[in-house]
Amino acid sequence: MRDLSVVRETRTVLSGVGFEVRDGGWLAVIGANGAGKSTLLKALAGVLPHTGEVLLDGVPARLLGRRERARLVAYAPQAPALPADMTVFGYALLGRTPYIPYLGREGRADREVTASVLERLDLSPLASRPLGRLSGGERQRVVLARALVQQAPVLLLDEPTTALDLGHQQQVLELVDRLRLADGLTVVTTLHDLGLAGRYADTMMLVADGGVAAAGTPAEVLTEALIREHFDARVRVATGADGRPEVRLERP
Amino acid sequence: MTDLSRVSSAPGSPPGTDARPATRGPARGPVRGPARPRVPAMPVAGVVLLLSMLAALLVGAAGIAPQKVMLQLLDWLPFVSADTGLEPVERGLLFELRLPRVLLAAVVGGLLASAGAAYQGVFRNPLADPYLLGAAAGAGLTTTAAIVFMKGENSALLIPAAAFAGAVGGVLMSYGLGNVAGRHGGTSTLVLAGVAVSSFLTAVQTFLQQLGVEELRRIYAWILGDVGGGWSQLRLVAPYAVVSVALMLAHGRLLDVLSVGDDEAASLGLNVARVRLLVLLAASLATASAVAVSGLIGFVGIVVPHMARRLAGGSYRVVLPFSLLGGAAFLVLADLIARTVLAPAELPIGVVTAFVGAPFFVAVLRVTREVGT
Repeated sequence: MRDLSVVRETRTVLSGVGFEVRDGGWLAVIGANGAGKSTLLKALAGVLPHTGEVLLDGVPARLLGRRERARLVAYAPQAPALPADMTVFGYALLGRTPYIPYLGREGRADREVTASVLERLDLSPLASRPLGRLSGGERQRVVLARALVQQAPVLLLDEPTTALDLGHQQQVLELVDRLRLADGLTVVTTLHDLGLAGRYADTMMLVADGGVAAAGTPAEVLTEALIREHFDARVRVATGADGRPEVRLERP
Repeated sequence: MTDLSRVSSAPGSPPGTDARPATRGPARGPVRGPARPRVPAMPVAGVVLLLSMLAALLVGAAGIAPQKVMLQLLDWLPFVSADTGLEPVERGLLFELRLPRVLLAAVVGGLLASAGAAYQGVFRNPLADPYLLGAAAGAGLTTTAAIVFMKGENSALLIPAAAFAGAVGGVLMSYGLGNVAGRHGGTSTLVLAGVAVSSFLTAVQTFLQQLGVEELRRIYAWILGDVGGGWSQLRLVAPYAVVSVALMLAHGRLLDVLSVGDDEAASLGLNVARVRLLVLLAASLATASAVAVSGLIGFVGIVVPHMARRLAGGSYRVVLPFSLLGGAAFLVLADLIARTVLAPAELPIGVVTAFVGAPFFVAVLRVTREVGT
């Protein structure tokens, strides 16, 4: 069983953050704009300098080599750069980088893994299409494909539903959930939409004032008092039929 | 379900064991390559290069009959012997002037174009080229200094070293200024920094040039570009060319990884800083050696990589070698125009490349703005 715990101290953004994600779980990191959600994810991905320790399955990540770590943790940023001329297949294939020697090239196995991930995400028909000619929903799926090609057991997704309409938000999150259950992936997402976060995540963490303001099940984190305090928003929280909290905005 | 789980299972196991058998599931086409070129780019570029070199060898101010040149070229091939009927003077002219000139144009064009493509990849800026980032201005300054202060024949020997140091210095100044002035990786700030550094270095160079008016003709001849340096210059540039091109071509895939952003590249296990530094060094070496043996020849570094992207797709694994071949062909043809349009007088080659390059540059700007990236 792998546990992930982070203690991170930086001068301004976040300090003394500690948490654990159970193997195969889905943690949603929420918080107001600028609270440090993305910073936290980048630290987990190992792309930001930080103090404290990230443990992957009990092993400190700093003891792992770059490539070794990249085989354990895949990361998709909030606004991924998608070179307009690159094909969907070529982009997804970049996910094999942690398995390829420095100046080496992909082998047949790498191509097969990439092709099977594209097929799984219904992207095979788009394999040779340039990234510049994709819709918003397709782009998000392609980014997800790139991360899955990495075959890492931990998936870090920074706002995977940004700029997607309601239907595509649902599609992407359902897809992530299906992949999580099928492959036993551990998923950590930041989500600014509290409703979505409460619907999909099994644990949540509220980041505020450079630290953890609340953590626990969605019902424990999504309370009217906490949301008023940390988001300065008036909401009504009801319990849905599935026992998960439902967040509704209220007019003042 | 078992199939699904295999795709992302067991991170430590060799990749081969994770791949699903190709027979499973609905029929799927053969495994596709990355960014497959829309045209067979490399053979086409190779043929175009050979044809342009042939044309450049056949045509010249001396008016040697083309069929005789053809025969002479065949004669030079191993195991082929042909009676060319060329006078020894004509043969000497062909071997000592025209052939090295065509080869040097090809080498310099290939170096400048692939360096341009590499700079664009390193800085993720489609408008980056050796000139915008101050490499050429730096080399221009140090070379002018060498000509002015080391009067006489000594300076000729110093020029390559001076040009290399200047080129690397110019790029580092631009890069440093760009990082100080803007957010890390902000590419528009970098271009502005390059413009500022280039202007500054060019101003210093002009000042030095005025100090050494008696060398003005030599400085101008160098600045406007010249690929007539002969075998000695070819020998001089060859080792640098081989090393820098090999380094750049080897990093094609990693430039693709870099193109998705620093954070993502790092999360894929790439040492972003090391890749940047190595490619930057290689591209600066290529630029510096090209500038050292041919002067300042503009626009090759930006025109050719963009044509490569249009014709052969966006992967640097294709763009880099295609730029190498295309740049070589471009400069061979530019030199052919330069020495035939006003024959027997010669246009500086930099004038020809800019004449073609400037309108193209404007067109590229227009298109990239329309796409809105």
